[in-house]
Amino acid sequence: MASDGEALRVEHVAKRFGGVTALRDVNLRLARGEVLGLIGDNGAGKSTLIKIICGFHQPDAGKLFVNGEAVVLKSVDHARGLGIDTVYQDLALVNELSVYHNMFLNRELVRWPLLGNRRMKRLAREHLEDMGVNIPSVEDEVAKLSGGQRQAIAVARSVYSDARILLLDEPLAAMGAKEGALILDLVRDLKARGDVSVIIIAHNYGQILEVCDRINLLQHGEITFDKPTSETSVQELTDLVVAEYRAARTQRLRPDPGSNAQPTPRR
Amino acid sequence: MSDTVDVAARVEPAPAGRPSRGLARRIGEAFLRRREASVLVVAVALGVYFASASEAFLTQPNLVNIAQATAPVAIIAAGMVLVLVNGEIDLSVAAVFALAPFNMHYLVDYYHVPILLAIVLALAISAFIGFVNGFITVFFRVPSFVTTLGTAYIVIGLVLVTSHAYPAPIPDAATETIRHWFGDSDWAHLSWSLLIVAAFHVLLTSTRWGLHTIAVGGNPLGATEAGIRAGRIKIGNFMMVATLGGFAGILDAFRINTIDPNLGGGFGIMFTAVSAAVIGGTALAGGSGTVIGAALGALVLAELQDGMNLIGISANPYFIILGVAIIVSMIANVYLSRLRRAGRT
Repeated sequence: MASDGEALRVEHVAKRFGGVTALRDVNLRLARGEVLGLIGDNGAGKSTLIKIICGFHQPDAGKLFVNGEAVVLKSVDHARGLGIDTVYQDLALVNELSVYHNMFLNRELVRWPLLGNRRMKRLAREHLEDMGVNIPSVEDEVAKLSGGQRQAIAVARSVYSDARILLLDEPLAAMGAKEGALILDLVRDLKARGDVSVIIIAHNYGQILEVCDRINLLQHGEITFDKPTSETSVQELTDLVVAEYRAARTQRLRPDPGSNAQPTPRR
Repeated sequence: MSDTVDVAARVEPAPAGRPSRGLARRIGEAFLRRREASVLVVAVALGVYFASASEAFLTQPNLVNIAQATAPVAIIAAGMVLVLVNGEIDLSVAAVFALAPFNMHYLVDYYHVPILLAIVLALAISAFIGFVNGFITVFFRVPSFVTTLGTAYIVIGLVLVTSHAYPAPIPDAATETIRHWFGDSDWAHLSWSLLIVAAFHVLLTSTRWGLHTIAVGGNPLGATEAGIRAGRIKIGNFMMVATLGGFAGILDAFRINTIDPNLGGGFGIMFTAVSAAVIGGTALAGGSGTVIGAALGALVLAELQDGMNLIGISANPYFIILGVAIIVSMIANVYLSRLRRAGRT
């Protein structure tokens, strides 16, 4: 499925927080237009990796390449300027504002000194229709919408702001089947557009296998598994994570000589 | 409002071709949506009641009284709403209200600054106090309740120390025209307050600044993630409420024709402004509020106090009514916003 061209490459990235190694040596590749599923147990380093890719944390070692060029991301804004955007679990939507104001949050169209509400409304409506996101009215307060709709709006907002590499942090968490389907459809549509690459972080393997081109498993700060979706299965992924759990359990019982003689923090 | 009908029509699979709902129903919905509307009804009802109970109520001198009682509160509340929408509060604004006319007096009478420039500088000093409030709140992460409690006492202390707790006269340099423009005429207060309320209403509802103020109060983390500089917005709003407080204080000093260290009553007018904001439909939780509602709230409070005086009830139960009004309007707020969220409006 991967079209030619590489959107993002992560090479030998490591990150420590005090005595805790969050990422040991991460290598990851994301092709243009590809949807990559990033799985791993809690504490495997998924969030840290995402925060490095979106410019929030700076890695201690290793390199990032965006569109083949080495970059040092100084900040979230810097990353955003390069087209990397994250849709966080908390969604960064403001409940008290309308859908279209949220869509344009901090990128408002202005007819100085006033907001260009009419244009924002129209563009938001068009864009949401374009992305197949169905909501009753762009003038509704976001608080009125369901979790799925809110997530969809957050994704649509990122895409609208020219995100080319989209990081979805657990987009299906706490979402019903119907809501989840809405998000998966959205990701499928993005894939069909071909110009947006997506990394989905998820727990629910079954659902993400439906939309991902490739699956990476992050364990103990390293990518330990990398296969196209067609060559793996929910069963295999589950087995891998369970095996990890067993290994971690044994490790806890037998202190790991490599870990600074500190007890491994419970993950 | 046509959208609302539209939404409802889509949500409930109503029989096709159903005629649009009755006028009364739509007006009712408009009331649920516009928080100002219910306060307006209360303000009008009170006016009608007091007008029927006392012939003096609708006389011009009394209307001037009400306007002059409403205006400073409405002016302060306009800024206070922005701070409250930010999820903060400014307890020091009543102290700044007292300080600003003294600063004007010191600048004119001790430093020979021209009166208009002195007024501008007094407002700049007010803004600076607002800046300090915002800076401490944002950078040291001190809850604004505590920050401004501290600055309130400091400023009250400064007023008392510098004035030796004695009132001062309005500087002679203030010409008749200037006195006229800044409060020593029947409708100066009202005109300024209408202007300021209108400007701040537009600021909150129709500008980027207002939108970001709501965003910062509604979802601080989210607003920051969207790249909004929350600290800047908060500091700016603290500066605005303090400046308005200073301005209202100068107006009031011109009106009573003396500069009194007890102007604003220590915390008094600040709490009145917060009450007006709450009665007007501003939640203290941040994220929502209305400037016009707060102005109407100020009007309701002024009417109550004035009307009760006129019909000869002792002014003492005023506070009981004020307290009940605050709590009832807050409950109504919470309830109505839940209704709105549920999409039933």
